[in-house]
Amino acid sequence: MKFNYQRVNTVSEALEVLGGNNKPGKILAGGTDLLVMIQENIISPDEVIDISGIEELKKIEEASGKIRLGALVTHGRITSSEILREKAVVLVESCAEVGSPQIRNLGTIGGNLVMASPSGDTLPALYVLGAEIILAGKEGERALPIEDFMVGVKKSAIRPDELLVAISFPGMGEDSRGFFKKLGQRKALAISKVSVAAVISFQDGVVSSVRIALGAVATTVIRTPRTESCLVGQALTPEVISEASRICSEESRAITDIRSTADYRDEMAGLLLARGLGEIA
Amino acid sequence: MKEITVKFILNGEEVSISAPPWFTLLRLLRERLGLTGSKPGCERGECGACTVLLDGEPVTSCLVLAPQVEGRNVQTIEGISEGDNLHPLQQAFIDESAVQCGYCIPGMIVSAKALLDKNDTPTRDEIKRAISGNICRCTGYAKIIRAVEVAAERMKEDEI
Repeated sequence: MKFNYQRVNTVSEALEVLGGNNKPGKILAGGTDLLVMIQENIISPDEVIDISGIEELKKIEEASGKIRLGALVTHGRITSSEILREKAVVLVESCAEVGSPQIRNLGTIGGNLVMASPSGDTLPALYVLGAEIILAGKEGERALPIEDFMVGVKKSAIRPDELLVAISFPGMGEDSRGFFKKLGQRKALAISKVSVAAVISFQDGVVSSVRIALGAVATTVIRTPRTESCLVGQALTPEVISEASRICSEESRAITDIRSTADYRDEMAGLLLARGLGEIA
Repeated sequence: MKEITVKFILNGEEVSISAPPWFTLLRLLRERLGLTGSKPGCERGECGACTVLLDGEPVTSCLVLAPQVEGRNVQTIEGISEGDNLHPLQQAFIDESAVQCGYCIPGMIVSAKALLDKNDTPTRDEIKRAISGNICRCTGYAKIIRAVEVAAERMKEDEI
């Protein structure tokens, strides 16, 4: 593991380096993925650009109902943020499941996104929050809905001369509940076999709108439209939950890989959904 | 390649030390500063043997680059006792026989200290969660958890 090291202290400095003529180096934020990949010789960059000191990317802000998270906000800070506990509980629960306390204190939300792993725990949560990913480039910022940002396994729509600077989403209203459920080999330091995130709004005791996303079952996060429509207009009775769980397992259409089998994942997707719905019913 | 100089607070004292930029904080501590209490285990952030406190929060020092600690505050297992006076956590680990081979223990104690710094009456579940990033292959964890409970109780008594 040998490389040149460059520290940048502002976003504009970072963009200048990324837009230069030389082949840009690898960006270091939390380091929990990059340094492992370098240690294991999966990549061997000539240069590492350290953005971890850019203070302007560490803010959690709320303005006119929208929450903006700087790309360098760590999972640990998300789990302890009062405003996010109140308005983005699904994201807080997903961050609490990432890695271990040590990893959560290093790893950043922006890093989880650019890695674009189908099993990244914050991704399904950001799907159901309707998040937009803010990318900065030479010509200014552009915002992409998360569905358009995630292109495939470990592939995102970010360009080499761009920097992911923030994530923006509307805060959950008082009539909304959310949850994130994950199944891994063990409770800490385990990559998800299946994860389920949901945000559900209620009106007069029945579901008025719902968003559900499954992580780790396909090449990217998937939504479950049939499960969602079967819940709308219903109260969360045991019968309704059981029907939603059954449809969710059908819609999962998971893949088999080293971590789990398709059948098991499908079944667990429904089970995790039922568990989450049961808790908020 | 050129070495770079890093200045930071280590166990309460300012240090200035040079190292190649690809050195991790763990290597910097062990190979340049002679502090071998933090252990290399998996060196990919999964075992917790190298845990240190960075600005008061537990992190795996194998996943932090040396230049990233510029201007920051690092506390290692060596900085947890006050001279020859063991920290209550260290004494409790001895009294409760929470140590077998000992390799994971510095990381365990650092993670437990991060918990007790914020929460002086942790529940059993909170203790388990606090050390969930530290793997021990000898003890089965029961005595480690008990040691943290004993330390918390003693620290509470000392306050009264």
